[in-house]
Amino acid sequence: MSVQHYSLVVNGELKRVATHPMARLLDVLRCDLLLTGTKEGCGEGECGACSVLLNGELVNSCLIPVAQADGAEIETVEGLGANEQLHAVQRAFLECGGAQCGMCTPGMLVASAHLLRKNPHPDLAAIREGLNGNLCRCTGYMRIFEAVERAVTSVGEERA
Amino acid sequence: MGQERIVGKPVLRKEGVAKVCGRAQYIDDLTLPEMLYGATVRSSIARGRILGIEFGVGVPWDEFVIVTATDIPGENEIALINHDWPCLAAEFVNHPEEPIALLAHPDRHLLPKAVAAVRVTYEEWPAVFSMEESERADPVVWGKDNVFKSFLMEKGDVDAMWSQADRVVEGEYATGAQEHLYIENNGAIAAYSADEGLTVWGSLQCPFYVHKSLVKMTGLPEEKVRIVQVETGGAFGGKEDYPSMIGAHAALLAMKSGKPVKIVYDRAEDMAATTKRHPSRVRHRTAVTSDGKLLGAEIEIALDGGAYSTLSATVLSRATIHAGGPYHWPNIRVRSKALATNYPPHGAFRGFGAPQSLFAIERHMDHIAEALGIAPDELRRRNLLKPGQTTTTGQLIQEDIDLERLMDRALAESDYHAKRERFARENAGARMKKKGIGLAAFLHGSGFTGSGERYLNSLAAMDVTAEGKARVLVSSTEFGQGTNTILCQIAAETLGIDYDAVEMGPPDTSVVPNTGPTVASRTSMVVGKLVHSAAVGLKKTLLASGLLHEGYATDEFVLAARTYVTQHGTLRAESRYEAPPGVHWDDQQYRGEAYAAYAWAVYVAEVTVDMATYGVVVDDFVAVQEVGRVLNPVLATGQIEGGVAQGIGWALYEKVVWGRGRMQNNQMTNYIIPTSQDIPPIRVFFEERPLGHGAYGAKGIGELPMDGPAPAILNAIAHATGKQFDCVPLLPEDMFRAMTVGEPAQEAVVL
Repeated sequence: MSVQHYSLVVNGELKRVATHPMARLLDVLRCDLLLTGTKEGCGEGECGACSVLLNGELVNSCLIPVAQADGAEIETVEGLGANEQLHAVQRAFLECGGAQCGMCTPGMLVASAHLLRKNPHPDLAAIREGLNGNLCRCTGYMRIFEAVERAVTSVGEERA
Repeated sequence: MGQERIVGKPVLRKEGVAKVCGRAQYIDDLTLPEMLYGATVRSSIARGRILGIEFGVGVPWDEFVIVTATDIPGENEIALINHDWPCLAAEFVNHPEEPIALLAHPDRHLLPKAVAAVRVTYEEWPAVFSMEESERADPVVWGKDNVFKSFLMEKGDVDAMWSQADRVVEGEYATGAQEHLYIENNGAIAAYSADEGLTVWGSLQCPFYVHKSLVKMTGLPEEKVRIVQVETGGAFGGKEDYPSMIGAHAALLAMKSGKPVKIVYDRAEDMAATTKRHPSRVRHRTAVTSDGKLLGAEIEIALDGGAYSTLSATVLSRATIHAGGPYHWPNIRVRSKALATNYPPHGAFRGFGAPQSLFAIERHMDHIAEALGIAPDELRRRNLLKPGQTTTTGQLIQEDIDLERLMDRALAESDYHAKRERFARENAGARMKKKGIGLAAFLHGSGFTGSGERYLNSLAAMDVTAEGKARVLVSSTEFGQGTNTILCQIAAETLGIDYDAVEMGPPDTSVVPNTGPTVASRTSMVVGKLVHSAAVGLKKTLLASGLLHEGYATDEFVLAARTYVTQHGTLRAESRYEAPPGVHWDDQQYRGEAYAAYAWAVYVAEVTVDMATYGVVVDDFVAVQEVGRVLNPVLATGQIEGGVAQGIGWALYEKVVWGRGRMQNNQMTNYIIPTSQDIPPIRVFFEERPLGHGAYGAKGIGELPMDGPAPAILNAIAHATGKQFDCVPLLPEDMFRAMTVGEPAQEAVVL
């Protein structure tokens, strides 16, 4: 198959890429669009380091051929927030020690933000379940759970 | 303690914002102009002679850069302790996945096909796949006798004390290989020009290890080799030695092609080819009195080092010294050896030999307790080391330690006694689910063993930037554990300025001095102390210059520093390692102060065993430790929790399945690490005592939490099931076999 043209709305911006239909969304984001925040950990959909939102659903971008993402809205860690305007989960990960080496962090943050959109008040069991597709080797997950719990609280406070 | 403004406070991780924004740049995020991608052709057999390398049809080979051992300009060696580890196999291979040739091409998608088209022919030789075969020395696959290193450590008169024993308890314990499974695979980029020399950027722990190795491999002068650590996505020891290999490979391709070359492993290659935790076999024979006093022991340790010696001698050293656990032994003899096999070399992994020997002693203590009819906690209590006693190396405990207090707290927080009694009662009537609770007491020496720190002779420095910010210059690297943050905390505290007014210098061998490797739980204690001293020097210079006056605020410091730099060009202070007073070590006899300080801990695990599936769930985990001063409570707690999770994985999930020396399950799909739903609440408690030799009383912390979980969990499983399991990992199928067929739980079945 030859190179084809695809359009994606990435973090709210329309992007066009010319690539092979079976190119992984992960590679399109990292190599074509230079959004290297999304990481590759295993390349087989086990670790979740490459998690992004595709039309609002949490997916492993290493398993998505770009042809499947044509016309889709994609959200990556870069779209969550940056510097002075951190997303509540980013700030909570920072404060609670949810990020250590940082390699699972982008995917873990996207999964956390997705969880909170689907369920604004998850209990601990729901947090554990919501993040079970994202492996972390550094933290033992405790700081991450605490961060998501804190993000729930801080989002509530901001709305109040 | 308690007077500090910044030390001991949960300041934010220095590089944290970059990490949570996805801005942190790891090796695979970097691209250089005209960069090629590299790949590795590896041995498909365990042992033999290379007869030929053929480049098959269907690949445009003229487009590829091809490197073999004959292209190596200097020594064909990855320099560590010995000189046996080739950079590329030339004539012989000694393990599956051993690198033989390197390929590079501008299109990375062409590489897998090209690697597959290279056909290496061999004369295959008999290989060794177990420590028992290695011990028989038939065939000899390394040196004269397959022994990389052996130690004999003796205290007291072991031969004379057996006659005083009421009981002699024997046991044999085994642990399996463990994959680090950092989420970021190994990777490096190299660039070379005759003028600029060689630069290697990499995901790595020890820039100067890579530097030393590449100077030797390239034959370039030291100043023509520059190593830069980039953001590193987890390491756990797995990026201590192997980056010298992948860095060398990228360097060879870059030197031959004249273009920058990136090599980043995918997960399957990383798991199959890089180092793992040494498998171990430990035998205990212990003399005790009927009231539970340890009289003496003979301990035999064997580690499987794989095909090359790499770091096995030092891993074995730590295993040997930690073999007696945190107990007072009037008499003890430890014989240990690291053996050669034809597996890929085993290497450093958090704990570095201590988890293996502590697993053995802590399971053995429960066996002794059962043999004597004494409660496991009580047996330990009667033998815990106290101030004024000596360790197995004869090191006098001078610190005011209180291990009984640690144990009391761990037992209280876990409600150990009530649960021990209740579970035993309820298990008698339970058929499907049985519960158990178990503990482990242990220690971990901080820093390099024995004279190691003296040999390292580490140098740290501080300077100030043109903007007047203080800057920490060390080769200690950040890979998630918090190096950047704690060293900046120490510097800021010592300088009396804000945390934000201190930054880390680049981990670049052309900029920072050699502060030694980032290993061995040495950063907080050893490097922290050096940064403290350098900060004192910096402050003194500024005060003496008259530009700064006592009682200054941060902005006054910044202004004075800026002015000083304008006037004098630079402001810099250095500090070199000095051994703490009274630290002496005899490398021949293995006697003396093995470590300047020890961290101490008591962990309690509570489990449920499903008697239908033999699945084990850890329900609760209490981790009580004394690590000296806690420099940053959030980071320190995260270190303990992460280590406990890795220990749970080692105990219950993580089995490397081997087939003729090759890892068969080199995927995350079938090498299982704990997920967010497998980890119990990990409850972390610090008995904080500023007893360490580090700045503000810190000791080492990073490796300690790897030591305790496996024995605590297996002790809990024994309590739940009444069956003794003495091997990890213990998977449901292992337990099934032992519980139903009656076979002892064995290490991974070789396919």
